[in-house]
Amino acid sequence: MGMTRKASGIYAFLEELRTSSQDYQAIVALAGNPNTGKSTVFNGLTGLNQHTGNWPGKTVVLAKGFYRHQGKQLALVDLPGTYSLLAQSVEEQVARDFICFGEPDAVVVVTDATCLERNLNLALQIMEITSQVIMCLNLLDEAKRKQIQIDREKLQTLLGIPVIPTIARNQDGLDDLKTAINRMVFGGESAHPRTVRYDHDLEAALTELVAELEASFQTRVNPRWLALRLLDSDYPLVKKIISYLNHNRRHTLKSTPQGVKL
Amino acid sequence: MSTNTVTNQNLFQRIRKLRERLGPNLRDRVVATLYRQAEEITSQVVQKNAAQRDLDTFIDNIVTSKILGLPLMLLMFSGVLWLTITGANYPSALLSKLLFGFEARLTAAFHSLNAPAWLHGMVVLGMYRTLAWVVSVMLPPMAIFFPLFTFFEDLGYLPRVAFNLDRFFKKAGAHGKQVLTMCMGFGCNAAGVISCRIIESPRERLVAILTNNFVPCNGRFPTLFAMAAILTGTLFGASHHLPATLFVTGIVISGIGITLIVSWLLSKTLLKGVPSSFTLELPPYRLPKIGTLLVRSVLDRTIFVLLRAVIVALPAGLFTWIFANQHLNGVSLLDLAAGGLQGFGRLLGLDGYIILAFILGLPANEIVLPILIMSYLSQGAMLELESITVLKELLLNNGWTWLTALNMSLFSLLHFPCATTLLTIGKETRNVKWTLLAAAIPTGVAIVVCFLVTQIAHLFNLV
Repeated sequence: MGMTRKASGIYAFLEELRTSSQDYQAIVALAGNPNTGKSTVFNGLTGLNQHTGNWPGKTVVLAKGFYRHQGKQLALVDLPGTYSLLAQSVEEQVARDFICFGEPDAVVVVTDATCLERNLNLALQIMEITSQVIMCLNLLDEAKRKQIQIDREKLQTLLGIPVIPTIARNQDGLDDLKTAINRMVFGGESAHPRTVRYDHDLEAALTELVAELEASFQTRVNPRWLALRLLDSDYPLVKKIISYLNHNRRHTLKSTPQGVKL
Repeated sequence: MSTNTVTNQNLFQRIRKLRERLGPNLRDRVVATLYRQAEEITSQVVQKNAAQRDLDTFIDNIVTSKILGLPLMLLMFSGVLWLTITGANYPSALLSKLLFGFEARLTAAFHSLNAPAWLHGMVVLGMYRTLAWVVSVMLPPMAIFFPLFTFFEDLGYLPRVAFNLDRFFKKAGAHGKQVLTMCMGFGCNAAGVISCRIIESPRERLVAILTNNFVPCNGRFPTLFAMAAILTGTLFGASHHLPATLFVTGIVISGIGITLIVSWLLSKTLLKGVPSSFTLELPPYRLPKIGTLLVRSVLDRTIFVLLRAVIVALPAGLFTWIFANQHLNGVSLLDLAAGGLQGFGRLLGLDGYIILAFILGLPANEIVLPILIMSYLSQGAMLELESITVLKELLLNNGWTWLTALNMSLFSLLHFPCATTLLTIGKETRNVKWTLLAAAIPTGVAIVVCFLVTQIAHLFNLV
């Protein structure tokens, strides 16, 4: 990006990832609720090629690993298990910051097929940030035992993102997942996630703010999500977003680096 | 500078304006929309076996329903208290008969060994008697209350309680998980304070820490039970279990009410801010294994708390006895100190001895009542305190009325936390100011409430 950013939090983590001995062509983030078998998916994908690292400044441990598929080398970051990206816990902040400001090439949401509704809440929130989302529908064996049936194709259509069924414990479906990731990251196949529609007043405000953001900034993160958070978040996040925006000003416009301070 | 460039200041102003237009609780609206969408999608793609779905959901719809949720909760809670009060009576009497019977033997042994009177006084009348009191008054209710409480905990009911009370805490500017820390507080406030770590936002954690004391801990329940018996005894002639249960339930509810009020005041003054939303997982109900439940509640809780009480009670009993038997110009130090506190105590509908007992009971709430009994006993005839009836007579002889019992309960519920809890608060907040406030706020509340109750009672000539 050509900017010097403070080497803290996410950027320090990414820097560490970049300077690690392993080469990789894309970064994929692994998100999901606690107890969805996310770690099993992570282990299944990376095998023994993984390290744990600290999120600088926070007491959250992140695992990162590498794997090769169809000739491509990928880095995988296991985010903390969270139910949401909206609340205040350190885990949720770390997960949220990585997904939006870390700009991973794709995000895999691991979901528990036995309680899809609760898991969808997180998936919808991630889909608001980026369109590069793949759902890994895990624990299908348990769902079967509990006589829960899921119409995968309909789910895929409704969500607008690839939904890959897996039983990570048995390595079932993990190859399909890798292929889906490659198609999205390297094959230029982009998803069109369903947009969550809010009430009329909020939508009106969003339209207004998004237009304003799009005029001045070009971001990989969905401007709609940025606008939404600018409206409903606390000051620290608003500050983070504005600083992120300032690093993504459109080049055609001259910004005023001096004299404008937060 | 190009005219259509958005500067940070412009952007900030625009955001502020839009926020004003949208009004408060925007985050709630956002979350509600997300949940609705998730529900809508799920209903279209997931099919469950109808029979399997779900006893849990059915029960949850009842116990967390807006109308039935709270009454059911109260009913269960008073049920637990009723079982405790009713069940503890008999073993309590038995234990005290046993322990005080042994006291007579101890005394005889001391006499036959020609032990000096001061040694007998210190060991038997000071330490042993306090110990006997603590054990016989505390053990039976704890041995009943804790397994019952653990049962509801293991069943998975506590998160539902948090769910039911969330809206009240939100209105008070506090975190919904505060309810869970309060549940821990029923066992021990120090444990309750530590459990406040589950609240991530520092502001709301502090609110929870500062108000945890308004939940009566196990050390104070026996006092409340005894006061309930005495109160209903003086009002109805004999002690009844049902009014006693209702009284204790009422005291606990006022504690929760005070928690909400103080949380609200704190979040409007010292700890300004809005409550953060959170996700609370309602785990599936599980029928607890009775064996592990008993072992855990008896070993981890009952014995642990009892041991702690005994360890504090021994030196406290010794100290109080010396305090009561050291004379200055013919008046014991205890009487002297109590005399100095008498005026203040009267204002609160208590007396000097009660205030002194609370001060001396700072190490642990369990010993407040034993210290009080000992101070009353030391000035008059010796009594064998075999049952609540005798205790009632002792207290009535010392000028107690139903109002004294009520104020004693309220003061016990609301006053400063015990030393262990204060130390824990110091460790958790790493801040002297908050620790001092954690003592000052409850004490202030206790004084104001008792004062008001007393003045109102006098105004209407109720005593």
